[in-house]
Amino acid sequence: MRMLSLGGAGRVYLALVLLFLYCPIVVMAVMSFNESQFYTLPVKWSAKWYVALAGNERILSAAANSVGIAVLTTLIASVLGTAAALAFFRYRFRGREALQLLLFPPIAIPWLITGTAMLLFFFWIGIGRGLHAILLGHVALALPYVIIVTSARLKAYDPDLELAARSMGAPPWMVFRRVTLPFLAPGFLAAALFAFAVSFDQFVISYFLTVPGTSTLPVEIYTAIRKGFTPEINAISTIVIGFSMALLLGVARFYKFGGERK
Amino acid sequence: MTSPARGAPGQAGAILALTGPAYLWLAVAILLPLSAMFYFSFLSEAPMAGKTAEWTLANYRAFLEQDFYRTLMLRSLRLGAEVVFWCFVLGFPCALVLAKSIRGRAREALFLLVILPFWSNALVRIFSWTMMLRGNGILEKAIDMVFPGAGHLNLMFTYEAVVIGLVHSYLPYMILTCYISLQAIEDDLLEAARSMGASRLTILRRILLPLALPGILAGVVLIFVPVIGSFMEPRILGGRNGTFIGTVIEDQFTAVFNWPLGAALSFIMLGCVGVVFAVSRLALGRRG
Repeated sequence: MRMLSLGGAGRVYLALVLLFLYCPIVVMAVMSFNESQFYTLPVKWSAKWYVALAGNERILSAAANSVGIAVLTTLIASVLGTAAALAFFRYRFRGREALQLLLFPPIAIPWLITGTAMLLFFFWIGIGRGLHAILLGHVALALPYVIIVTSARLKAYDPDLELAARSMGAPPWMVFRRVTLPFLAPGFLAAALFAFAVSFDQFVISYFLTVPGTSTLPVEIYTAIRKGFTPEINAISTIVIGFSMALLLGVARFYKFGGERK
Repeated sequence: MTSPARGAPGQAGAILALTGPAYLWLAVAILLPLSAMFYFSFLSEAPMAGKTAEWTLANYRAFLEQDFYRTLMLRSLRLGAEVVFWCFVLGFPCALVLAKSIRGRAREALFLLVILPFWSNALVRIFSWTMMLRGNGILEKAIDMVFPGAGHLNLMFTYEAVVIGLVHSYLPYMILTCYISLQAIEDDLLEAARSMGASRLTILRRILLPLALPGILAGVVLIFVPVIGSFMEPRILGGRNGTFIGTVIEDQFTAVFNWPLGAALSFIMLGCVGVVFAVSRLALGRRG
């Protein structure tokens, strides 16, 4: 039963907001297939900008860097973050709340400030800029998300399940494989995908820590935008946004953002 | 490690082993950099390449003495307020429809559709607006089709373009936080109010808005802070009209190389955000 029958008007409104949210993205995707580089209408369909993209060494190597850094970030942040989340779940200790509070600066402080602070500090102590510095920054940004997502899953975990399994005679490895792991796996997977998305889509931190020549995809796209529009940017942007949306559909599959919990 | 081992001898070691690596990483990549930036903000110049720096308050004084920085800070605060306002006006009804008049799988799918763009690449989404807003762009063509001869909007490289782009970027945040708190309101409560003759407006004013306030405020904070610190959005959509405190801070680090001044401006920006929240908290507290 609907409590507030806002009826048709509500649905129309929702549709308009969705139009606002998706219209520019769809336009960009359509234009990436438009033969004319001056965005003339009607659209003359062509894949030539994608072909041009395939020959663009700069973009391709930046894309490879982005994927590489995102994979490493995912691995490191998942392992370190899961360990910390386990400690918060298993133990009540002094300073626990303070440690949890420390997760918020990377999320709450504008990336402009975090990014420039990293640039300044890394330069000062000799870490310098470059892909290693970008990795250092991305893992730090992804860690809080991993810890929060994993903790949310752990909260629903009942250690008595393990107890029950053991009392029925299951050896420890079997308890882990058949009880603990299947329960926690969706949470771990969601956290890992989240970490990948945080790193893959991160622009601001990478922008400040990049050295000219070796950068990540968002930085390369930004540079291209600032230099002037070419439909090639539409093509790579369409790929990037399609990819990250697919990634986040994956996260949503395993982790509900404030949706109905049953 | 299967049951919470409280007070066991190995506990401290286990806690350290589990949390240590993550927090060491956070310390090196977040906490130490922020501390270093705070330190730099009191120096006459960056203490690198053999230069010696002196303690000074000049970087903070520059903000007080030069109208330029203050004007830009106010401009950024105004931008933040406007973006938050539009996000609320557009987002709250949307969250309400999602939470209270759509049910089941449709709601789940629509909810996902609303927040999906939010977690995708922000830079690319801002870029996609350039195609909409540029002179003779899609928006102008669409308007021309509906109202022939309506003239040119020419929104690209204006303050309004920056607002539109930022609202587009952060609107899902407001919908998400409002939705979460609206969803928690029991339908029975609304039913009771209605059966006692409360009009829709009364229900909105006396039940929905007050009970959703925590969600609204969370949305306000989550949008206001990054908008004040934005620099990429104003650069792409604002062009010459896109100078804000964020772009000036970026300049100090990437173009002017006056890192101590950039550091001081960053902390002044954080301070201003803090003051805004403290004041609005006081104002809200008094009303409640």
